[in-house]
Amino acid sequence: MDDLLSEFLTETSESLSVLDVELVKLEQNPEPSILQNIFRLVHTIKGTCGFLGLPRLEHVAHAGENVLGKIRDGELEVTPDAVTLILGAIDRIKAILSHLEQNECEPEGDDGDLIARLNAMADGGAPKPPPPPMPEFEPVAAKTAKAPEPEIPAEPEAPAETHDETPDTQAAAESHEEEHHDEPAPSVPATTSAPPAVRPQSAPAAPSGLTDAPKESAVAAQTIRVNVELLENLMTLVSELVLTRNQLLQMVRGRDDSEFTAPLQRLSHITTDLQEGVMKTRMQPIGNAWAKLPRIVRDLSVEMHKKIDLQMLGAETELDRQVLELIKDPLTHMVRNSADHGLEGPEERKLAGKPEVGKIVLNAYHEGGHIIIEISDDGRGLNVDRIKAKAIQNGLASESELESMTPQQIHQFIFKAGFSTAEKVTSVSGRGVGMDVVRTNIERIGGTVELKSQPGKGSTFVIKIPLTLAIVSALIVECASERFAIPQISVLELVRVTPSSENGIEMINNAPVLRLRDRLLPLVSLQKLLRLAGSGDNERQETFIVVTQVGTYTFGIIVDRVFDTEEIVVKPVAPILRHITMFSGNTILGDGSVIMILDPNGIAGSTGESGMMAGAQTAETHLAREGHGDAKTSLLVFRGGGDDLKAVPLALVARLEEIDVKDVEYSHGKPMVQYRGHLMPLIGVDGSLSLREEGRQPVLVFSDREHTMGLVVDEIVDIVEDRLKVELSTDTPGVIGTAVIAGRATTIIDAGSYLLEAFGDWFGSTKEFGGNEEHVAPRILLVDDSPFFRNLLTPLLSVAGYEVTAVDSADRALSLREQGNEFDAIISDIEMPGMNGFEFAAAVRADNRWQTTPMIALSSHATDKDFERGRSVGFNDYVAKFDRDSLLSTLSQTIATVKGAA
Amino acid sequence: MNQIVPSKRQSTDLVAQETQDFVTMLIEGQLFGIPVLTVQDVLGPQKITRIPLAPREVAGSLNLRGRIVTAIDVRLRLDLNRRGEEDKGMSVVVELGGELYSLMVDSVGEVLSLPVAKFERNPPTLDIKWREFSMGIYRLEGKLLVVLDVAKLLDFTRAE
Repeated sequence: MDDLLSEFLTETSESLSVLDVELVKLEQNPEPSILQNIFRLVHTIKGTCGFLGLPRLEHVAHAGENVLGKIRDGELEVTPDAVTLILGAIDRIKAILSHLEQNECEPEGDDGDLIARLNAMADGGAPKPPPPPMPEFEPVAAKTAKAPEPEIPAEPEAPAETHDETPDTQAAAESHEEEHHDEPAPSVPATTSAPPAVRPQSAPAAPSGLTDAPKESAVAAQTIRVNVELLENLMTLVSELVLTRNQLLQMVRGRDDSEFTAPLQRLSHITTDLQEGVMKTRMQPIGNAWAKLPRIVRDLSVEMHKKIDLQMLGAETELDRQVLELIKDPLTHMVRNSADHGLEGPEERKLAGKPEVGKIVLNAYHEGGHIIIEISDDGRGLNVDRIKAKAIQNGLASESELESMTPQQIHQFIFKAGFSTAEKVTSVSGRGVGMDVVRTNIERIGGTVELKSQPGKGSTFVIKIPLTLAIVSALIVECASERFAIPQISVLELVRVTPSSENGIEMINNAPVLRLRDRLLPLVSLQKLLRLAGSGDNERQETFIVVTQVGTYTFGIIVDRVFDTEEIVVKPVAPILRHITMFSGNTILGDGSVIMILDPNGIAGSTGESGMMAGAQTAETHLAREGHGDAKTSLLVFRGGGDDLKAVPLALVARLEEIDVKDVEYSHGKPMVQYRGHLMPLIGVDGSLSLREEGRQPVLVFSDREHTMGLVVDEIVDIVEDRLKVELSTDTPGVIGTAVIAGRATTIIDAGSYLLEAFGDWFGSTKEFGGNEEHVAPRILLVDDSPFFRNLLTPLLSVAGYEVTAVDSADRALSLREQGNEFDAIISDIEMPGMNGFEFAAAVRADNRWQTTPMIALSSHATDKDFERGRSVGFNDYVAKFDRDSLLSTLSQTIATVKGAA
Repeated sequence: MNQIVPSKRQSTDLVAQETQDFVTMLIEGQLFGIPVLTVQDVLGPQKITRIPLAPREVAGSLNLRGRIVTAIDVRLRLDLNRRGEEDKGMSVVVELGGELYSLMVDSVGEVLSLPVAKFERNPPTLDIKWREFSMGIYRLEGKLLVVLDVAKLLDFTRAE
């Protein structure tokens, strides 16, 4: 059944129940307030019937209303027969309704008799002299009709609530009642001629409706009307439940074998279902908000002499009724705009080679927790020149500013207050109060509106709004030791700024800005904005910038710390705080503390930036969002041993020197210089040493403990800061791989291997290296499946004075044990194919041969949990894979500890 | 939290019209009272979230069993000095217009049942600010009790 119709039936049957009761009350006690109520109810029924195109119902209700109107105006008195007659009208309405409910159409028939009697009553009442006989008849009718009357108050409840009453009895009761109505009919002809003329037709009509009477209750029984407030309360409670559930989940997450896990899982599911269920009660199809649009568009098309075809897609898309209410008006306004400004008249369209009939398409659909509503027309599109002219006229921008703007930026002007480019103000639109209100309304509910327009092709507005306002996801940030929530929907990205990062916060006359990729991002300091007391240390080690988008305006909010996101229930702030535009509400976090929710709109407003000038297009920001967050490394880029660019992490380079080639001496056929009182061997990149004939030669000085070595290069190119992401690795000694640095392919050299080369060659053998001659170098077993890491670590450890045996799997390592090899320490990767590090450690510990050998786990993700697990299976320590310093120190400490203990 | 229970109720029934019950509060030695039925809760020191940009009398908001309560420092509202850091104070929670407010005072005392006969209008010499928030004075033995007008106390629209 049509939604509208079923709603009407539910509503009307309720009204009718009330009417029955009220009418009886009125008869006993003719109070104006009761009468008023009755009049209103009948009037509503009449109005809705008219709206839905139910003429029979409308006429009956109208006639009834007339009588009631007279009574209300004091022209008629409340007499039992008047009441009876109205009750008769109501019974007729009920009969028609029941037919309507079953067949979705009004029954055939005519209510002329009833209407005539009602009209007679309305006209006649007191003033008509002839009617005196009427009362004589009417009382008869009244008396006979009275008989069933006691049932009347009971009747409306009966279908809805007392199901035990069989339909048959109801039917019988009703038909019985109707018979009584019919009875007086034969006596009527005696006085008036009109009713009998009608009677023959109506008599069959009434029963036809009555046969369906038993079914009347079906709709009423399936739906109940619930106070919205009750639903809201329910929603709030469920929201709190969700939060508590989340809190519990968080508490249990850390423990694998908690006895609470299973019941909590169940609780979680049920809560989710409950939440969905309750959300559904608040959901309404968006079509409800569109219902009046076809009419508006039709009227417009007549008024404007345009031919408009309104297409509505996705009308069944559901969204929270609270949201629905709020977007109703903006939507109507935008459709009007499209019809009025967007679409051309038929002549113009023909000239433009378009079909005569303009099209407006409304499309609603769900997309990732949001509702997207598109309103598009195939009209003339926005007129950029006219917007420009208007912007200048209104003083919103200067001509030169406009010149540098993209058409998209110019389009944004239509969202400014007082902006209408319609040449003439029509009754429909053009008063310039529209689009800014539309945008404000949409943003108020956390939505966004975007605009695309192509000249001659049409415009499309895309509205994105959250499904519900009750629960939002928010980012928790801290500033000056206070925590705040920022709605996630407006957060684009987070940027961490440290003193050493490439782009720090820069000031333009005290206005902070950030170079974010190729744009300048205006910044707002939350601390200053909220006038928070400074935490003392102005020079913070790191700050975070929450890149926020409001409409098309993107800006950064400077905060001290960023926590994770939390689902929060937005609660309005106390009335005495409502004037603070920075907050959209407050909420209670999972830990029970109260937190203020920042309003990005308010913050944007306070920066004096109304929206578009600095705005970057959303698409850009979206594109730019990826690939952020990798740590940057300072790299020294140089040339040497060929024309290609080479780089080495700057942190490894002790100094950059230029040596005079005359100072280079040779010993054992190897070049070296005297450097700071020591001999420093010189090594060429790729093993090829080509010194200049004369002049000065740049050298990178690497230093490891007391040994220094010089890497001879041709040219030092630059020091850049970039993400070090080795994309191509290689087996060539001395090369880690190739990475893109500052946009160019660059070879990353392995300084460790050069050190090894220098000293390994220099001293003849790595074995002798290690400081103490008589001490045998500790033997290390390195287990790692990645050749890259084996190649990286082997030289590193060798240089550090260890004798390294590297194998590519745990199985290989264990077979070394079978061969009777002994090691001072084992370094093992965790993530390996086959036997992983944990299993390997367990296997090592299970056998007494290597039982006491210290083991160090090496992993790319060293979380506390991994650490714990590593410890429990027998690792002595746990080191992050890329942290060579801590690996070396851990290694020496571990070995020392074991040696000391032994 | 809720130790304060009206204990002198027995008298109210006998002289229903003649007495009124007040929760008494002490601020800088001065006794204040608010009608007992307006009081929802009496709280000890609470964790309060400050609200930036709020009027200075608004100490912040706190969580009372899942409801957000706005804390008002009555001292500041009455133009008195801020309480010392070590003095934690107590709060009386009242409801106004569906919203909960916590009135922060130095301490909360017993519930007094006071005869209406002892009620007097504000003396004209009372400080302007106090006169605004005081509904009148009760003469007690040895001291005076100022009846706070909670609605006016929480009406920030006129003051600021």
